Amino acid sequence: MCLGIPAKVIELYEANGMKMARVDFGGVIKEACMEYLPEVKVGDYTIVHVGFGLSILDEQEALETMELLRQIDAMGDEGRPA
Amino acid sequence: MTDKPNLLGWTCPRPLQNYPTIVMGHGAGGRMMADLIEHLFAPAFDNEWLRQMGDSTALEQLMEMGQRLAFTTDSFVVSPLFFPGGNIGELAVYGTVNDLAMRGAKPLYLSAGFILEEGLPMETLGNIVTAMAAACKKAGVNIATGDTKVVQKGHGDGIYINTSGLGVIPADVDIGPANAQPGDVVLVSGTMGDHGIAVMSVREGLTFETEIKSDTAPLNGLVEAMMEAGQIHCLRDATRGGLAAVLNELAGSSRVGIEFDERKVPIRPEVNAACEMLGLDPLYIANEGKLVAILPETAAEVVLSAMRQHEYGKEAAIIGRVVAEHPGLVTAKTAIGGIRVVDVPAGELLPRIC
Amino acid sequence: MKYLDEYRDADLTRKLLADIQKTVTRRWTLMEVCGGQTHSIIRSGLDRMLPPEIELVHGPGCPVCVTPLEQVDKAIALASLPNVIFTSYGDMLRVPGSAQDLFAVKAAGGDVRVVYSPLDALKIARDNLGKTVVFFAIGFETTAPANAMAVLQAKAQGLTNFAVLVSHVTVPAAISALMDSPDVQVDGFLAAGHVCTVMGFWEYEPLVEKYKIPIVVTGFEPVDLLHGILKCVRQLEAGRHTVENAYGRSVSREGNKPAQAVIQQVFEMTDRAWRGIGVIPMSGYRLRPEFAFFDAELRFPEVQAIETKESPLCISGLVLQGRKKPSECPAFGRECTPQTPLGATMVSSEGACAAYYRYGRYSNH
Repeated sequence: MCLGIPAKVIELYEANGMKMARVDFGGVIKEACMEYLPEVKVGDYTIVHVGFGLSILDEQEALETMELLRQIDAMGDEGRPA
Repeated sequence: MTDKPNLLGWTCPRPLQNYPTIVMGHGAGGRMMADLIEHLFAPAFDNEWLRQMGDSTALEQLMEMGQRLAFTTDSFVVSPLFFPGGNIGELAVYGTVNDLAMRGAKPLYLSAGFILEEGLPMETLGNIVTAMAAACKKAGVNIATGDTKVVQKGHGDGIYINTSGLGVIPADVDIGPANAQPGDVVLVSGTMGDHGIAVMSVREGLTFETEIKSDTAPLNGLVEAMMEAGQIHCLRDATRGGLAAVLNELAGSSRVGIEFDERKVPIRPEVNAACEMLGLDPLYIANEGKLVAILPETAAEVVLSAMRQHEYGKEAAIIGRVVAEHPGLVTAKTAIGGIRVVDVPAGELLPRIC
Repeated sequence: MKYLDEYRDADLTRKLLADIQKTVTRRWTLMEVCGGQTHSIIRSGLDRMLPPEIELVHGPGCPVCVTPLEQVDKAIALASLPNVIFTSYGDMLRVPGSAQDLFAVKAAGGDVRVVYSPLDALKIARDNLGKTVVFFAIGFETTAPANAMAVLQAKAQGLTNFAVLVSHVTVPAAISALMDSPDVQVDGFLAAGHVCTVMGFWEYEPLVEKYKIPIVVTGFEPVDLLHGILKCVRQLEAGRHTVENAYGRSVSREGNKPAQAVIQQVFEMTDRAWRGIGVIPMSGYRLRPEFAFFDAELRFPEVQAIETKESPLCISGLVLQGRKKPSECPAFGRECTPQTPLGATMVSSEGACAAYYRYGRYSNH
């Protein structure tokens, strides 16, 4: 149910009345349907599952969370400065 | 990668032009089959042994005292017939050449049996045969005998090829799957997973744009260079089932454990990406031009160096070692530093969604 | 690969493991719902790196394992029909039906094709107008938007030779059923990150209230999994129970609205049988009546009357619910091995039984 891989949108186009994209999975280029991501732009990273984009990855959120994970002390609160 | 023969350049000799496709008559043993042999197979594979045109071919003395004959057979049924980086003809030659080389043998002669499906375009056959001839030259072997049969339409995937091979193992060479010893080093000759992904990428329903090429190649030259550099205990080409299958076979035959580091296995980024996308594990994907070697630790660096200087070993790498623990079992250190058991592959590798 | 490699970082993994170790004061049993999470845990070796106080129970979150036997048998029957091209995700090909699997049908001459996307199945239908293309529409909510779009597209393109065999299951009802079962002892859940990417996580809020257990939306890579486990364990140690999101880069509370809208348009809720578990009310999707034309079961009524027969030895269902360990099954390692599986949990590479089998051999040495 779950194999969703991050892919970068490199081109947007229409086919069969559907919003489609050429996406780059870290070196492998394939087409994917973007009907479920109406605001997606070229350059966005999306989670693609069975040929459909399901979410636009939030880079800001990802960076912040990564920082938090690197810094949190398990005994204390999240968000405490390093 | 060397230049492949210009496959579109095959031109059809006059008698065959009357038949743009293979028909049942081409396998019937009469005039049509003789034309096929005379105007297609024989010119392509031409050598002094094939010219004997007997029911069997007489070979001169092959061996000296202390040497042994190596003998192998393999059948090739790949579909599609042509894929990025190779085709069924090259596979048929290199696959058997490599099986001989994996015993340390110098490959000498091949037989070639063709099962053709009625309706196969003559041009397709011509291209495959041309590719085989070029592959023989590259590997330094000769097709000394052959056979052709034709089956009815619908009873074959266009063409199936069987090749058997004869080679000679030098007197002091003992390379075999049961020779691995605890303390030995495990190495691979280059990137894993290229062939399987190349073939998969042109199969309907799994295509993607990026071209990933098969690594189809003859390994006998590489093996010679390796043997000259140092002692080898085991050699295996990592075909169906990939690296995982080979390591399990060797661990089982030698009754030893094998431990390797996943991060040390060379894999092309595009192959890695394709595997992520399809939910496949590169360790289980077929190769057609890569070998796994197990050798004493003392020989490792020298052999590795010799490999890296060879056309087909440029990305050779040491990936692990043989241990006395858990005989028959293969384990790997994962990217995060954990341990996983790398089991025997279950069967055909399938993309997954879950 | 961006957004993958960072989440497989060995140092960060070690640090999070240490954080978890420092947090736990007693044993906790957590269930990860999604088969993809189980796969990642085993593939990375994470299960053997967690502190001994944490027990991970692998939940019924894998379509391979829970697709009802009836649907698998119907798939096999459809694939065996002449003039049918049966298309499926790869996962389903080795799942045992009552008598055989789809692979065996292929071997006997059936036209069975693996596809990566339902759009590929549509293409096959366009290219083979003389045959009927049946698509095996399985999966959780993650896959429903894609499967639904295939039906909409078939309708829009007038592809009368396309039909779907639907077997969707949904997560929240399954969690309820598990928590209602007296034998199941789970302290917290790691919810499936991609299911929640589609559906959001508001549906889990009533569940944490009712069952007083933490539910943490979790991703799939080692760092994501440890992040989810850490959040879950911290809640448990503090006696809290809420829904938290440890996969914020992909998941929001509301989820993907356009995808939900299409699911609603094409599917409706239905009772579904989960293989080995039984019928869970309102735990699946079926085609709405206006799309009945594309329902393979109606297009080929002959497959309705199939009699199914589960292996009497197989206890997959109990394993899937975490009520029994694979090693407690009398057939484990004997009649039932990865090469000769009796049930889905031995077929699937992340099935609990297959995983036990693999590691059991390792631990025994």
